[in-house]
Amino acid sequence: MPAQETAQTAGPATGHQMDILRFATAGSVDDGKSTLIGRLLFDSKSIFEDQLESVERTSVDRGEEYTNLALLTDGLRAEREQGITIDVAYRYFATPRRKFIIADTPGHIQYTRNMVTGASTADLAIVLVDARKGILEQSRRHAFLTTLLKVPHLVVAVNKMDLVGYDRGTFERIVDEFTAFATKLEVADLTFIPISALHGDNVVDRSPNMPWYKGTSLLHHLEHVHIASDRNLIDVRFPVQYVIRPHASTDPELHDYRGYAGQVAGGVLKPGDEVVHLPSGLTTTITHIDGPNGPVEEAFPPMSVTLRLADDIDISRGDMIARPNNRPEVAQDLDAMVCWMTPDRQLTPRMKVVIKHTTRTARAMVKELNYRLDVNTLHRDENAPALGLNEIGRISLRVTQPLFVDDYARNRMTGGFILIDESTNNTVAAGMIVGAR
Amino acid sequence: MQRCDYLLSQLDVLEAESVHIIREVAAEFERPVLLFSGGKDSIVMLHLARKAFAPAPIPFPVMHVDTGHNFPEVIEFRDGTVARMGVRLVVASVQESIDRGRVVEETGRRASRNRLQTTTLLDAIEEHRFDAAFGGARRDEEKARAKERVVSFRDEFGQWDPKNQRPELWNLYNTRIRQGEHVRVFPLSNWTELDIWDYIRREGLELPPIYFAHTRLVFERDGMLLDAETTFANRGDDEPAFEATVRYRTVGDASCTGAVKSNAATLEQVIEEIAATRVTERGQTRADDRSSEAAMEDRKKEGYF
Repeated sequence: MPAQETAQTAGPATGHQMDILRFATAGSVDDGKSTLIGRLLFDSKSIFEDQLESVERTSVDRGEEYTNLALLTDGLRAEREQGITIDVAYRYFATPRRKFIIADTPGHIQYTRNMVTGASTADLAIVLVDARKGILEQSRRHAFLTTLLKVPHLVVAVNKMDLVGYDRGTFERIVDEFTAFATKLEVADLTFIPISALHGDNVVDRSPNMPWYKGTSLLHHLEHVHIASDRNLIDVRFPVQYVIRPHASTDPELHDYRGYAGQVAGGVLKPGDEVVHLPSGLTTTITHIDGPNGPVEEAFPPMSVTLRLADDIDISRGDMIARPNNRPEVAQDLDAMVCWMTPDRQLTPRMKVVIKHTTRTARAMVKELNYRLDVNTLHRDENAPALGLNEIGRISLRVTQPLFVDDYARNRMTGGFILIDESTNNTVAAGMIVGAR
Repeated sequence: MQRCDYLLSQLDVLEAESVHIIREVAAEFERPVLLFSGGKDSIVMLHLARKAFAPAPIPFPVMHVDTGHNFPEVIEFRDGTVARMGVRLVVASVQESIDRGRVVEETGRRASRNRLQTTTLLDAIEEHRFDAAFGGARRDEEKARAKERVVSFRDEFGQWDPKNQRPELWNLYNTRIRQGEHVRVFPLSNWTELDIWDYIRREGLELPPIYFAHTRLVFERDGMLLDAETTFANRGDDEPAFEATVRYRTVGDASCTGAVKSNAATLEQVIEEIAATRVTERGQTRADDRSSEAAMEDRKKEGYF
């Protein structure tokens, strides 16, 4: 068990190597979410005096008894007026170990789409549970959405432990209940931490009020959780984003330069590697990989690089480079879980949409709505005629041209897509591929 | 970089994300433009754009919305940078907007052309038919900006509707617009002020000299030190000018951008100072954000940067 460790809160460091942890929090003011974020920002010295003064001033103006830290995160006028979080807000703080990006999302069911958005890029999600109330419908929903979006690490922060007398039994009952529920989900890595966001217990430092708790503080966990192996470093996937040709160059060296730019979505690429181009199926060899500062010896997610190839193949944006013996599915028929994100219209069978997947955009038709999922009970309604705003279901899609896909569970970059309504140009759905033909 | 674990530093990750965004926009829009003020954020953005397309040239022009109330050092720096990079510079002039009667100059001591820039910017976007404008805004700057998308839709009036933004998931950006609409693109969304400085140091980027401590004639107004060497801030007789050792933390319109007292004359010293500071850069140096709780939100809705 860890010895007494202290999370490092000396404020941000400069100059040396840190990595980035992106995490999502879901919850409403009642859960103590804003208090928790306020505490993390405050204790890592990421709240500035003028921000705090502004919040204090507004709190006083509104006749509130305490400084309302929610005002720090609720950035829009409508949010402050209504006292609710509507949209995802991104917050930043750093300790000497890591830089953190918080996707702070609202907790209520009518903001499911915002939670889905925040979770899409998260390495870790924090689900807040009120120790007095135990596991609520909302906690289950948050946990489910986390696993739907394949967030690799889940922390259940059992908050307001001060209000239950720091009672071990209360915490353990919640752990047992949640663990039983989690077996129905595919939770990769689950951690429980008893905290009091208000008093700071187990947030930054281990709390003397809960000597029975042998784990680490929340911030210590955030600083140390291992995320490097969450990426797919096995299946080489390189969606071609942009073709670089310096055209009218007078430099003879550059005259024949032809590079394929993109962000590595999976695997490790090296000069000398044999690769296959899709859709042509032609194979060739990587001769050079140009990184942001010149040639590199290897490229892996999430690097943005430019590949140069041995053979002149007709390659354009939307194509995919993979390995000859490890290719994505080339598919026009997709099965996917989708979250519907617009109030304008509903998702119905035979509806036509635009799909954007990696760097390829195509038209598609919803062939079938297999079922609508109740995000609270996980009940599947196979007779549902449509999906409305914030509803989640499984659909079959027919795409007008082949996409190069993997299951979302295998690769979030090549398994995720968005749907766009051609009549409004709005993003209407987020999709996660579960099967392809 | 620790190769064995395939780790990237935070600056490498931010750089990769920004390059991806810049390439995506260049691929999907007809006529992008990069807004370049000569400030540190736009310098980093231009540097990233160069990397995104190297060894080819940057495939879009840069545009400066010129209030006419500039620090001369910054204009000199702007012209030098643009010439060195070989990019085309479009200057959209607030003075011309005033001369053409598009906007009316504010009056009074606190008159500023800051807000007028919005009209000039939108007119220039329309005139040049730009469909995507890269801006250097960061989400850590201000609370309305914390809610901003990376690719942010603007209607035919250039307006931002914060309550009706397109969801943005993974690294998939919805770039579809109709004729007359445009998007603002913020490749530095996830960078913090400290990241910017760390990156400037790592990449050895040049900055206008006003970012470093120097002696300047200033005066105090509303707790801020405004420039008294130019006449743009309308210094009154009751606002005595004095010499101070200052530097600028942000570079904006000279009428409303405050200097901070500082002896940080080198990049190392500036970074040390930023790491220790307890006040945000906009709170410390921008009079325009102090007018109300939602000052930035309101200006952004109208089409501000």
